[in-house]
Amino acid sequence: MGNEEAVFFSRLLTELTLSFHIIYATIGVGIPLMIFIAQWVGIKKQDEHYILLARRWTRGFVITVAVGVVTGTAIGLQLSLLWPNFMQLAGNVIALPLFMETFAFFFEAIFLGIYLYTWDRFKDQRKHMLLLIPVAIGASFSAVFITMVNAFMNTPQGFDLENGVLVNVKPLVAMFNPAMPTKVAHVLSTAYMTSAFILASVGAFRLLKGSNHVYHKKALFLTMKIGLIFSIASAVIGDFSGKYLAEYQPEKLAAYEWHFETEEGAPLILFGVLKDNHEVKYALEIPYALSILAHGDPYAEVIGLDQFSEDVIPPLYIHYLFDLMVTIGMVVAMVSLVYVVGTWLRRRFVNANWFLWIVFTTGPLAMLAIEAGWWLTEVGRQPWVLRGMMRTADAATTSNHVDSMLLLFTGLYLVLGVGSVIVLTRMFRKNPVEQELADRHGEGR
Amino acid sequence: MTYEVIGISVLWLFLFGYVIVASIDFGAGFFNAYSLLINKHHIISGIIQRYLSPVWEVTNVFLVFFFVGVVGFFPRTAFYYGTSLLVPASIAIVLLAIRGSYYAFTTYGELRHKGWTYLYGFSGLFIPASLSIVLTISEGGFITEDEAGLALDYWALFTSPLTWSIVVLSLTSVLYISAAFLTWYANKAKDHQATELLRKYALVWAFPAIITATGIIVELRTHNPVHFNRLVDLWFLFGISFVLFLGSVYLIWKRKNYGIAFTLLTGQFLVAFFAYGISHYPYLLYPYLTIYDSFTSEEMAVALIVAFIAGLGLLLPSLFLLLKLFLFNKDYVQGNR
Ligand code: HDD
Ligand code: HEM
Ligand code: HEM
Repeated sequence: MGNEEAVFFSRLLTELTLSFHIIYATIGVGIPLMIFIAQWVGIKKQDEHYILLARRWTRGFVITVAVGVVTGTAIGLQLSLLWPNFMQLAGNVIALPLFMETFAFFFEAIFLGIYLYTWDRFKDQRKHMLLLIPVAIGASFSAVFITMVNAFMNTPQGFDLENGVLVNVKPLVAMFNPAMPTKVAHVLSTAYMTSAFILASVGAFRLLKGSNHVYHKKALFLTMKIGLIFSIASAVIGDFSGKYLAEYQPEKLAAYEWHFETEEGAPLILFGVLKDNHEVKYALEIPYALSILAHGDPYAEVIGLDQFSEDVIPPLYIHYLFDLMVTIGMVVAMVSLVYVVGTWLRRRFVNANWFLWIVFTTGPLAMLAIEAGWWLTEVGRQPWVLRGMMRTADAATTSNHVDSMLLLFTGLYLVLGVGSVIVLTRMFRKNPVEQELADRHGEGR
Repeated sequence: MTYEVIGISVLWLFLFGYVIVASIDFGAGFFNAYSLLINKHHIISGIIQRYLSPVWEVTNVFLVFFFVGVVGFFPRTAFYYGTSLLVPASIAIVLLAIRGSYYAFTTYGELRHKGWTYLYGFSGLFIPASLSIVLTISEGGFITEDEAGLALDYWALFTSPLTWSIVVLSLTSVLYISAAFLTWYANKAKDHQATELLRKYALVWAFPAIITATGIIVELRTHNPVHFNRLVDLWFLFGISFVLFLGSVYLIWKRKNYGIAFTLLTGQFLVAFFAYGISHYPYLLYPYLTIYDSFTSEEMAVALIVAFIAGLGLLLPSLFLLLKLFLFNKDYVQGNR
């Protein structure tokens, strides 16, 4: 059968929806933890500023959750609408984590509703803070479960195909597949890191716009510390991801690194441009580094693309995405390190405008790295939707209307994207911190 | 009971949950917009906002639970419905997305504008209409399968009286369920003006709802005689449902016990919904799919059921807490908090 146009547009629509959803999803996973930390610090130090921080972050969070929920509903349905053959198989084998994810959503949604409307209802602030724990757990677990599904697409296992019939289905084996540990850990830690840097960007922006309130400085210091911790964690876990790839998906790793010949003591290629005939120009070669990334041993052998037939090798442009992600990871980790150390040592430059501008870029950069990371791993899995089992081209719908649906959803995401930005900026501009602090003291607190 | 029957019963129950909570939500949005149009906004908007704010996200999860669960228990539905529903389901997603996000934007983001209230209110009526199309399609006769794959015959779908009666039923039930619930809620809030207005709406929509429901049974007689005969065999369930209906209308009419009235109404819809579901058995998509030939493997079925029971253990206490804090809490309902 086959319908090339439908495959093409289904891909485009999936890419669009996921790329848009992941922005809000990442914020949705990370921010509850940040709110929790702020409220906890506030209660422990008896510092009104941190409590207000938690309150204001929550208010913004509600808006991003709303867009996350509706775009997530879209992708959830689109998976069946655009990839019916894939979902039929996935439903048989990997439905368990998908199903458990809905419970995580349920849990999060219920407690978020309660948390939002009970700020001043408890005498003991700590009780209110406890309500946030299920929200944070629900958000993180929805990421864990959905990432398990994505890991399964990279290392499908837990079933046998006999004459086209699925037999011996083992849901738990499918769920705990080899790609799962590194993927889940990397997704979580990058989500926490990105959320911290986004909040840091907001704080830096307020300071740049002339507010000199200590509230923003406290916010900035707290988020930069969290960002630093999770960016180090992300780099370490990223290194484990490389080792996982070398063992289970060597063609993917070789494509990331433009590693064409199998060799021992392989160098890591950074940056560069790919010319015809696998010629790499303007690159930075770090001797032995690829062997270290892949096996933790400078002399180990790393399998190259020469071992694979042309039709299972992913597009080679993903190397640029890999460089982008890793470079951003290094840069933002450095910025936060300098900020945190500079603040401890009471250096003046941390509050200088030029440095605040640099701090401001960390949030958008981290989000860019998230996008790069997903594109990298998804395109790196091509031509497979289920590696070694089902090709993307065979999974798609045969409907003739995918192109008009692409237009429809493009319009939707434009409206949602612009709408959420307008609402968020208005919300905080109309109600500056100084005003709110004054109001709250006016109430006799 | 076989695993197949357990699976479909659980899903059907959650779909019923969605029908009730979403109807309240969609209808509330509509009454809100309508009251703005006829200058009675000040009377009911407070009640509606206070109910919707803490629960709107929970409503959506019921839907997500249903469609994820269907793919888990009955993976072949992903293929059949996924291929044929691309256009109607995409339109429903877009409407749901606009509605959900603008609810959040206006309520939390204070983006107040009359235009949004209307958009929000009226889009809520199109969503049940577009979702109910799935029920129509499941009756068979609209999907054709040949070498080129599956195709949905839009012309047959949109010219069939069955389609339109199901659409009208979904609209009238949404308005009836919602008005009856909000009457009860407003009464608890001791807001007499709102109670009176909403009570009037409930009574206005009660009879259209029951008449269209009867109409569908008549339509099915020609469209799908097999299904019709099974429905007739279940006449006593529809009888029970009708008695419950009379009970709730009577109580609302007499301005008595709105809480019990709404409970009876829920029972009325529950019985009718399950009677319809049982008569549909064993088909998921007539005549292509039954719950037996589309069922997942036994191992997965056991895993899903275990996960479901564990999940309920978490969910029921949390839902109970939510209801206790917002629905059954006098101070919150009366706006003191
Ligand atoms: C990094 C984590 C992550 C990833 C990779 C994804 N999501 Fe997501 N998703 C979330 C993290 C998340 C979230 C943060 O947990 C959201 C946003 C707001 C919320 O309540 O949950 C969410 C919302 C959300 C919803 C709405 C749930 C509701 O109504 O409350 C659905 C149905 C999905 N997602 C489904 C998907 C699918 C099918 C994905 C991949 C193909 C996907 N998500 C990728
Ligand atoms: C949320 C973050 C994600 C993003 C941004 C993302 C991005 C992408 C991109 C860019 C593609 C297109 C690859 C290509 O056509 O060359 C793709 C394809 C796909 N992804 Fe992901 N992905 C994400 C997570 C997931 C997860 C968690 C799942 C599984 C549930 C998933 C399922 C799919 C499917 C079914 C396709 C279509 C087949 C394919 O082209 O590989 N994605 N995604
Ligand atoms: C700094 C060192 C980093 C290293 C060595 C690294 C390594 C990797 C590797 C090898 C993969 C591919 C995994 C696979 O295909 O199975 C990956 C994926 C990914 N990376 Fe990174 N990464 C780093 C930093 C970052 C940063 C800073 C971000 C974002 C803030 C990020 C976000 C992602 C995401 C979202 C994915 C896709 C999910 C996954 O496959 O785990 N990474 N990373």
